[in-house]
Amino acid sequence: MLPLAGCNGALSTLDPAGPAAGSVASLWWIMLAGASVLFVLVMALLGLSYWRPQAITRFSTRQWLLGLGVGMPSVVLTALVFSALAHGETLLPRPEGPQPMRIEVTARQWQWEFAYPDIAGAQGSIDTLHLPAGAPVDLVITSADVIHGFWIPRLGGKIDAIPGHFNTIRLLADRPGTYRGSCAEFCGEGHTGMGFVVEAHAPQDLAQALGAGP
Amino acid sequence: MTQPRLTPIRLHKAMERIWGTGPGWQRLAAVNHNVLGKRFIVAAFVFFAIGGLLSMVIRAQLATPNSAFIGPEVYNQVFTMHGTVMMFLFAIPMFEGLAIYLLPKLLGARDLAFPRLTAYGFWCYIFGGTILVGALVFGVAPASGWFMYTPLSSQPYSPGINADVWLLGVTFVEISAMLAAVEIIVTVLKMRAPGMSLDKMPIFAWYMLVTAGMMLIGFPPLILGSILLEMERAFGLPFFDPTRGGDPLLWQHLFWLFGHPEVYIIFLPAAGALSTIIPVFARTPLVGYRAVIVAIVAMAFLSFGLWVHHMFTVGIPHLALAFFSAASALVAIPTAVQIFAWIATIAHGKPRFDIPMLYVAGFFVVFVIGGLTGVMLAMVPFNQQAHDSYFVVAHLHYVLVGGFVFPMLAAAYYWLPHFSGRMPVYRLAVPAFWLILVGFNLTFFLMHLTGLMGMPRRIATYPSAWGWDWLNLLSSVGGFVLTIGFALVLMDIIAQFSYGRRFGRDPFEAGTLEWAMPTPAPSYNFAAIPRITTRADQLEPRVLGPQLAGGHGYLGFVRDDRMETLGVNAMTGEPDQVIILPRQSYLPLFSGLATGLVVLAMLFKLYWLAGLGLVGVIGLFLLWTPGVGLKSDSGALDIGMGAAVPPDAEVDNNLAWWAMLTWLAGDATLYASLLFGALFLVVVAPAWPPQAVLESGWLWTILPGAGLVLAAGGRHLAERSPVGSALHYGALIGSGLSHGLAIAGLVLLMGALPDPRAHAYGAISFAILFYGLVHCAIGALLAFYTVWRVKAGYVSARRRLDLRLGRAWSDYTALAGLVGLAMVTVLPWLSGGAG
Repeated sequence: MLPLAGCNGALSTLDPAGPAAGSVASLWWIMLAGASVLFVLVMALLGLSYWRPQAITRFSTRQWLLGLGVGMPSVVLTALVFSALAHGETLLPRPEGPQPMRIEVTARQWQWEFAYPDIAGAQGSIDTLHLPAGAPVDLVITSADVIHGFWIPRLGGKIDAIPGHFNTIRLLADRPGTYRGSCAEFCGEGHTGMGFVVEAHAPQDLAQALGAGP
Repeated sequence: MTQPRLTPIRLHKAMERIWGTGPGWQRLAAVNHNVLGKRFIVAAFVFFAIGGLLSMVIRAQLATPNSAFIGPEVYNQVFTMHGTVMMFLFAIPMFEGLAIYLLPKLLGARDLAFPRLTAYGFWCYIFGGTILVGALVFGVAPASGWFMYTPLSSQPYSPGINADVWLLGVTFVEISAMLAAVEIIVTVLKMRAPGMSLDKMPIFAWYMLVTAGMMLIGFPPLILGSILLEMERAFGLPFFDPTRGGDPLLWQHLFWLFGHPEVYIIFLPAAGALSTIIPVFARTPLVGYRAVIVAIVAMAFLSFGLWVHHMFTVGIPHLALAFFSAASALVAIPTAVQIFAWIATIAHGKPRFDIPMLYVAGFFVVFVIGGLTGVMLAMVPFNQQAHDSYFVVAHLHYVLVGGFVFPMLAAAYYWLPHFSGRMPVYRLAVPAFWLILVGFNLTFFLMHLTGLMGMPRRIATYPSAWGWDWLNLLSSVGGFVLTIGFALVLMDIIAQFSYGRRFGRDPFEAGTLEWAMPTPAPSYNFAAIPRITTRADQLEPRVLGPQLAGGHGYLGFVRDDRMETLGVNAMTGEPDQVIILPRQSYLPLFSGLATGLVVLAMLFKLYWLAGLGLVGVIGLFLLWTPGVGLKSDSGALDIGMGAAVPPDAEVDNNLAWWAMLTWLAGDATLYASLLFGALFLVVVAPAWPPQAVLESGWLWTILPGAGLVLAAGGRHLAERSPVGSALHYGALIGSGLSHGLAIAGLVLLMGALPDPRAHAYGAISFAILFYGLVHCAIGALLAFYTVWRVKAGYVSARRRLDLRLGRAWSDYTALAGLVGLAMVTVLPWLSGGAG
């Protein structure tokens, strides 16, 4: 299948490398299937209205508008909204339980600055984010100037970097490797080039990568 | 008193002499809705072409990776202007133009409620649009994206005049949208043919009534946001600056409070066109007329509860997002009701194929896809992946092109014969449709995948590494196919006006009133106004037309060279007044030019000139008024068909009164947005509490509070005392002076505030007081102006409009002012600052 083959890519949300991106990709495929069914249904009804109208006129206006106009979307949407919300809840950073490693992210025109307060002696990094693989991290994101958008498509959804605000997003990379991130919110002339590299390290290698001893 | 009956030709000549627009330079004095509707549509089409050319630049740039065609500084202007032009200079004015041209014809009126305001709105639109497009020519166009997020659009990060061009230019254009909203509401409610109760209105009028109501409530938040941001940029009042107690998120809330309803404001008129066209070609009445009305009202309400779904990634708590997610999904239900009502209508009828129906089919394909991706985007986790990516670009084009452009093309092929008096040529229309449908889907369907593959919006170029190359190339190819399709439509329209076959009345056998007149339409629409006894989409224009042209109906004569049409009870549609409309005038043009001077002066920071221009605008507006109203009581006037009703000046609930109430509703929305802004900053913004706050605030409120109450009391007394008595004049003058007292008190209070440039606390308090000050100034002006109107003889015990309008204004000003004073008094306490 051509589209599927084309789905791989360093920035593809359809090539997930962590649980958050993985569950959103599943949600997408489910919604795509559902949307395709509904699209075909509406087109079929439109075709019937021209060529086989008696299939439609058998129903009263009330049945037609309340059944298809109100009933069908109500059922589909209720199911979708609740499952998406329940699913969204699982992605949230929660204050209870063991807290994952915290990384501070500051965006500015036009670079990303990362600080690692939880690792003693760790040096900050610019435009390269170092993560432990296989463990969640909480990224606390802000901006020093205009609004930017923090996005690592293969790991999870995006969150805005807003001056004066600190937003937290919890991400997890399943395996060590190199991923890419970009600025999603338009931020001026350097917006195009405001990407960054994500290095997910085996947990024992992380401190070394950050210049904090063995 | 019966009028001698004229032959249809003589009646036409007599009417045309009064209602028609003169030749040559007199065209600039046009106030007729036929002329102005066409001008709006033509201008919108020109801006559509400009926006389309900009999109071609975008697609040329993105066709290949690492493109060096244009750099980011140009690219940013191009995509910002593409969005701005398409939204503010094409979509809104296009349906305004259609409504201006069609509404009086569908309703059985001879013009809109305020012809000179239509003209003024047109000039505001043209001058504002010219400023925006002119900036592009000079390379100083806005470059912060069409939603102008702060702080990128704030002074330090957009130091040039680019952002000011957007804020001032778009606000200038918005004046025309607000005026159109008021005018459409008053026209639909008050200017229908006798007998056309609300439940007999053609469905398009329902759609426009709801749309106009949404515009009235939807545009003020954006106008307020633009004013506040311009105040920040020009004078340093930090409403959106997080280092000084402002918050960039306040801009986003204000923008999307406008921006989401805006989508439905654009969709509903197009849906109204569909609900009109589909029954005509299905040759059967619309299925579920009442259900459709319920659906559009539901849609209007829901659309104001969705704005946060544009802000799912700004860090609002997930459970709060749940509400907006559910509301966003819910709006699919009224949409589905309409879609299935249309399909059922086709099934119940004997559908025939014609060019409009081709575009209706295109609408179904494109819009349903846009709706389905909309439901996907309403889901928070998916939205956080797809937000700000090309998936959203694809979705919004499916919704807007599917929900507006395709229906408008159907509407164009349906109503163009009304404009031209000729039928379409057809040979070009079919290939044009297929080019547009295929080109559109090729361009935008692939963008869903481009977005899921991780391409963010608004990047000027991309490297070859990420699998986006072939998608972008095909999108660009599709874009050019689409453009060729539109070019063919343009040629087709030119061919129709040149070679189309002329027709008699009602070529599509429609049942609405606009076809019961000669085509192209005469300036006065109807030589006589019919009585409506069935729903006004089930009429027989071919029978009705000749009767009306012969003067059989209401007001089938010319009286005293006046432009007369009928006003009716808003609910029942029974006639209750003869509306006497103002004649052709250059004043709208001059007022528009003066307003343009104010805007340009502000743009170039020549504030003394802006002040001078403002005086000019006010002076010119006062010159409008001698043309309306009567200087003596005339009593009931014969309207034909054995009925007589008083002229509008002698009726309390006339057009101007309805317009005042409507305007105040919009004004109050702006004020509510401002108060919401104050509370939002207190609760959410960083860098609070402020270091300095107003001390003993309530002491300072006594003087302005007393002025506000006295001013309103004076107007009430003036309304109750005998016109022209010493008490009457005294009350009016006292009200004017009390407004002055309130102004003095407000100025003192503003002086007592801490520096409004230091912290958003001071800035927002200043803005609240300034709002009251402006209203007091207008209230004082109205009071002294009423004194002149009384002296000049426009006011009597029967002709009380001036007294009622001024009283309503002063009441509103007092209410808003007192709320504002209370707000300014409690803000220091709310913010936890000293005091």
